[in-house]
Amino acid sequence: MAAVAHGADHGHDHHEESFVSKYIFSQDHKMIGKQFLMTAVFMGLVAMLLSILFRIQLAWPGESSDFLSMFLGEKWAPNGILNNEMYLGLVTIHGTLMVFFLLTGGLSGTFSNLLIPLQIGARDMASGFLNMLSYWLFFLSSLIMFASLFIETGPAMAGWTIYPPLSALPQAVSGSGLGMTMWLTSMTIFIASSLIGSLNYIVTVLNLRTTGMKMTRMPLTIWAFLVTAILGVLSFPVLLSAALLLLMDRTMGTSFYLSDIIVGGEMLENVGGSPVLYQHLFWFLGHPEVYIVLLPALGLSSEIISTNSRKPIFGYRAMIGSILAIGFLSFIVWGHHMFVTGMNPFLGSVFVFTTLLIAIPSAVKVFNYLTTLWKGSITYTPAMLFAVGLVSTFITGGVTGIILADSALDIAVHDTYFVVAHFHIVMGMSAVFGMFAGVYHWFPKMYGKMMNNRLGYVHFWITIVGAYGVFFPMHFVGLAGAPRRYYDYSVYEGFSGDAYEMILDLNVIITVFAIIAALGQIVFLFNLFVSIFRGQAAPQNPWRSNTLEWTTPVEHVHGNWPGELPTVHRWPYDYSKPGMEEDFIPQTTPLMAGEEEH
Amino acid sequence: MAGHATKEIDSATLWGGKGSPFSASYGKLMMWFFLVSDALTFGGLLVAYGYTRYSTQGTWPIGEETFEALPFLGNGYPLAYVALMTFILIVSSVTMVLAVEAGHRMDKKGVIKWMLATIIGGFFFLGSQAWEWSHFIHGTPFGKVTLNDGSVAVVKGDFGAIENFEVIEAGHHHAVGDLVTEDLLHEFQHAAQAGHLHGTADNLTIHLHDGSVAKVNKAADENLQLIIKEAGTKHAISSAADESTRVTAEEGAVAEYYEALTKGAVIYGANMTQNEYGPDQYGQFFFFITGFHGFHVFSGVIINIIIFLGVLRGIYHQRGHYEMVEKTGLYWHFVDLVWVFVFTFFYLI
Repeated sequence: MAAVAHGADHGHDHHEESFVSKYIFSQDHKMIGKQFLMTAVFMGLVAMLLSILFRIQLAWPGESSDFLSMFLGEKWAPNGILNNEMYLGLVTIHGTLMVFFLLTGGLSGTFSNLLIPLQIGARDMASGFLNMLSYWLFFLSSLIMFASLFIETGPAMAGWTIYPPLSALPQAVSGSGLGMTMWLTSMTIFIASSLIGSLNYIVTVLNLRTTGMKMTRMPLTIWAFLVTAILGVLSFPVLLSAALLLLMDRTMGTSFYLSDIIVGGEMLENVGGSPVLYQHLFWFLGHPEVYIVLLPALGLSSEIISTNSRKPIFGYRAMIGSILAIGFLSFIVWGHHMFVTGMNPFLGSVFVFTTLLIAIPSAVKVFNYLTTLWKGSITYTPAMLFAVGLVSTFITGGVTGIILADSALDIAVHDTYFVVAHFHIVMGMSAVFGMFAGVYHWFPKMYGKMMNNRLGYVHFWITIVGAYGVFFPMHFVGLAGAPRRYYDYSVYEGFSGDAYEMILDLNVIITVFAIIAALGQIVFLFNLFVSIFRGQAAPQNPWRSNTLEWTTPVEHVHGNWPGELPTVHRWPYDYSKPGMEEDFIPQTTPLMAGEEEH
Repeated sequence: MAGHATKEIDSATLWGGKGSPFSASYGKLMMWFFLVSDALTFGGLLVAYGYTRYSTQGTWPIGEETFEALPFLGNGYPLAYVALMTFILIVSSVTMVLAVEAGHRMDKKGVIKWMLATIIGGFFFLGSQAWEWSHFIHGTPFGKVTLNDGSVAVVKGDFGAIENFEVIEAGHHHAVGDLVTEDLLHEFQHAAQAGHLHGTADNLTIHLHDGSVAKVNKAADENLQLIIKEAGTKHAISSAADESTRVTAEEGAVAEYYEALTKGAVIYGANMTQNEYGPDQYGQFFFFITGFHGFHVFSGVIINIIIFLGVLRGIYHQRGHYEMVEKTGLYWHFVDLVWVFVFTFFYLI
């Protein structure tokens, strides 16, 4: 940063900044993006470690493990055996951190912040202050959620969906006390952070596009971030109403979600509420949330695949249309999470229909990826590998989605590991792959350095083999009838014979792959942090890309462009345009005489 | 500000970058999107209310019957007060519009005048809501009783005035023959809920706090009728419209009512767990949703005051536009609009 001249030659505010205003309470979108990334990486690591802890219990139930007692101590892992309530706590916090903190806050927080102003040609977000506020609220909520792991009664133990009555009655399990309160507090702050962030993203995209940046000239990343932000603005408030009513049930003695409950042989006084009401409210958020997680990853991979195939993205408008269609449909499918709640079968069939409709825009996206790759001049950078990995997991996970969308089939496998395998592949792995792809691809823009390619390849292959090694066998565990969230299958009499043996054997394989995949992430961390400090200096446009962010100087400047804002003359996908000298034409290049826009 | 949106611009230019396609500042757009989001929070709550109401077994209370009191005038004016509250709130939206309009004309005095009116309207609404809540919490003199046969009933008729409590057994404070004349209804209801009333309708005794026992001298409850809300083994549900289905005094309503009172089978008013008007969830949702809305009105008034102070200091006049007034105006209109829905769901339907 020091290399950039400060002062009079800039048309905007530019002054020497203190450490605090530059690195901590920064209002610069690039720094805020990096802050989101680092917080999310930390939360993701914690979540991954938690999953290893409970996978050890599933693979070797009842066997003593020093690893467990090292992390959990005598209280939660007496003699190295995981406590059954803590098992639920680990599962709950693993899901919460992954879904909300890594893949919602982390993914769209990092890349929306970094890329929206850079790719639309804006000096910064519409409101730098609110942007900073959004990050610090996110940080605060992360802190509270993380701290809840260390309290005496344990973290929330009701699953990441926190269904009542488990979450509503402090006496239900030990984690339903303070742990649950901290969960709700953290999520309320998270919702505020997400709302403020989303408002900023939407308004920035609408108002601050540079001259010539028509909506149909925006990179697909921006379209994905825009629709993601809109989904967030529309769905998180409903989670807020659900959480507020839950808070009332917990603290004020109301019975919004409670009725006819017996705890320890005693009938509670709560009558007339309905836990199914909570599920409706939760999944009205919960399903769009899946796409809040997925769409940014799809946007990032669209950009990366097009750039590294040296071909225009196939079906640009169809891609925009499918993002919008997925966004719209995500609001009318929530019932497919609730087929076994006693829902009217007719209503169920409506949800089956709307859910199956999502396969159409999803398939449009997949085919467009494949046709973009088709006969492309492909460079397999680590980012490209992860983007292609995303296409792979999006297909394999999507196919089981069609099975689960059908209520007749879903009822048989509901809440089994089949569902766990499905959503981990289609939402978890796809989004994580998209995030990795994004980090590898935009690392030069974030830090002005290049990441090591060779380590990137090692990381990719360990991760994809590990991911399929974990989640592919999980389908069979589910089909054999193993329900999710069970601590130990051996204590139930219903499990016996070949199916039971298979569940146990596969669980060992899954856990081994999980450990391998987790160890593989060390390669990533090493690569990430060493490259920040010792990476090769990045050229201005390392991937020979068209989008605007690569026209900014490598060293970050406040306001992004030292002089005037760039003017946009074309869409961002003019790769290998026939009759042109270069195989890429930046968006700032005016159309040549007689040249047609895409 | 004014007039920008009326310019004719083709959509290619409008959406072609550089400048807002809506000719609106980022702050105003953010407010709009925030309001969309907040609308969904209220939407979620009201849908939850509808869901619960639809799936509840017991009969849901009727607005006209529950809210019929006016300050200083007593009962018998169904929905009159809430209509006044609503009217004032809507009028405060009108004054807000006038403030925004005055801002467009850079008429500082006009802005001050109309914002002040808006703030006063907001305070009136908040005060009214406090009164309305207080009335809802205290309930009717009769309360809701569970009768001997297991049916649940509310009461129609005039509550006979309590003249005094005549002490017949001494306690710490009262000697035999003392007449207690203060806080009678409150004491009476408290005793009823605690099971400290004994005897029959004509010969009622009460255990007071200090351990004394007193005779209740009370006018007869004329025209007392029981409206059965939940059927028991003897009584069927009364229909709200058909008075002949009620249990009248001739049919022993008075005796049955006091029998329930002496057993402590009575609920007065409403709290977060139960209420006398209907199913438990009715009161819970009433408190939560009107409270949540009231919190919005409260924050709206606070924001209005902050902006009002800014107007007084001339900040916006110096800035050359009164857009802050417009933005807080948007929030204020939204809060009013939400009330129309809350009002409809809790009072009208």
